[in-house]
Amino acid sequence: MIRMTDVFKEYANGTKALKGVTFELNAGEFAFLIGPSGSGKSTIIRLLIGEIAPSDGEVIVNGQDMDNIKMRKMPYLRRTIGVIFQDFRLIENKTVFENVAFAMRVIGASNKEIRQRVPYVLELVGLEFKAKSRPDELSGGEQQRVAIARALVNNPRLIIADEPTGNLDPARSLEILLLLKKINDLGTTVLIVTHEKPLVDQFSQRVIAIDGGRIVNDGMDGYYDYEDE
Amino acid sequence: MKMNRNRTFYYIKEGVSSIFNHSLMSFASVCIIIAFLVIMGSFILLAVNINALVGELENDNIILAHIDETVSESEARALEHTILSIPNVTNVVFTTNREAYENFIGRHEDEGRFGDIDYTVFRHRFSIFVEDVALIAETQQELRHIPEIARTSANLTVARALVNVRNIVSWVSIIVVGVLLAISLFIMSNTIKLATFERREEISIMKMVGATNSFIRWPFIFEGFILGLTGALIAFVSIMALYGFAAGRVIEIEAGLFQLVVFSTISVPLFLLFAGIGFGVGVGGSAFALNRYLKV
Repeated sequence: MIRMTDVFKEYANGTKALKGVTFELNAGEFAFLIGPSGSGKSTIIRLLIGEIAPSDGEVIVNGQDMDNIKMRKMPYLRRTIGVIFQDFRLIENKTVFENVAFAMRVIGASNKEIRQRVPYVLELVGLEFKAKSRPDELSGGEQQRVAIARALVNNPRLIIADEPTGNLDPARSLEILLLLKKINDLGTTVLIVTHEKPLVDQFSQRVIAIDGGRIVNDGMDGYYDYEDE
Repeated sequence: MKMNRNRTFYYIKEGVSSIFNHSLMSFASVCIIIAFLVIMGSFILLAVNINALVGELENDNIILAHIDETVSESEARALEHTILSIPNVTNVVFTTNREAYENFIGRHEDEGRFGDIDYTVFRHRFSIFVEDVALIAETQQELRHIPEIARTSANLTVARALVNVRNIVSWVSIIVVGVLLAISLFIMSNTIKLATFERREEISIMKMVGATNSFIRWPFIFEGFILGLTGALIAFVSIMALYGFAAGRVIEIEAGLFQLVVFSTISVPLFLLFAGIGFGVGVGGSAFALNRYLKV
């Protein structure tokens, strides 16, 4: 599903973001990628969704080598990955239904398919009664659930969530993580990137810890302790 | 870029709703297209009218070929075919020496002092019209090779002046339209860049969920198409009204000076030009401005 092998990333300004990162995430797994600000988490996300290429090493996502993928094939790979961001990234002038349906239109789904699938996904995230609302009429937690519904709607094999609880209060944060766990239980591989250690502590799941561009811990039992800035 | 009907409808719907969702930028884009086309159209109409005026003056610029007095009238008339076969000659009008005499007397009848002149002092002559006034000297040279022609006369100074005016008008038109086009494209591309910058977040979301570049482009292309043609249409109607108003004023003030070119004679090419520019600037500008946001 995801395989990073000895990955280095140095940006044009000389910043060495990753210094030999190696880890693997298999189909059906649920894992947290945790680390303080500036540890290299965002760089890993950007590599996984093909926004940037590694300086060295190998990044494989859903069987595709991200360093050798042709630009015209990138959209098709992205359709196999659902991405959720901290700032939700919803289109403000579209309703909840349209925001979710939009991801289906992109892959060429028919109106009939959209009418069948979108209500099902909205129900899964508990927003079936908010289909006609616009993003600015929703709470932060609800907006994030719309983003999750959009990530889910095309039935991706992998969901990557980048700080999905960053803009939410603790209760809503836990709700979102539980929702992502529920999605994982239905068979989707989930990687959650976060710096909120107390939240992660509540889950008995695999945690990959990164600091200074290196993996410092990877496992189910405990992980690297750090003080976030 | 193949499209099925479902998608085409979606692209059009998105393009139209985007115009209203970003109404301020849409309004600015249409206004810039209108302003440019009205300015350019006004200049084109001015150039067309100057060219028409010069053309009229050119038509009055003829060569007079006087026939040797030893040649009879019938022999002189027979020269018509020879003269018409000379390149650049479009038409000839024959005037006998008697007609030339009568014309002369007619112009000076008040003076009475030419009444006793014999008409034979005048020569038969041809008034020769040319296609290109710039070649009038060469045509005159050709005429001199015909033995029966005793003398030719043409106002070469006026001919050269008309050619100069026409050349200047042509060059100034090309330069002004070129400069206007460059300025307008610059302003237009900045307006479109601003419009797409406003929507960079939307575009990045599209990319993130796996939209192909063509899927992102098409609604923008339809939007540019609609805005471009709307601008072109409004500009055309405006210029038609402005020209009608200006024509009325010119005829009122300078009645008889010259006839303005009738708008309907140039309306089709002008409309096609406006529509082409509106389409090109709208569609081309949209597609071009999007490029930087699609390279992710």
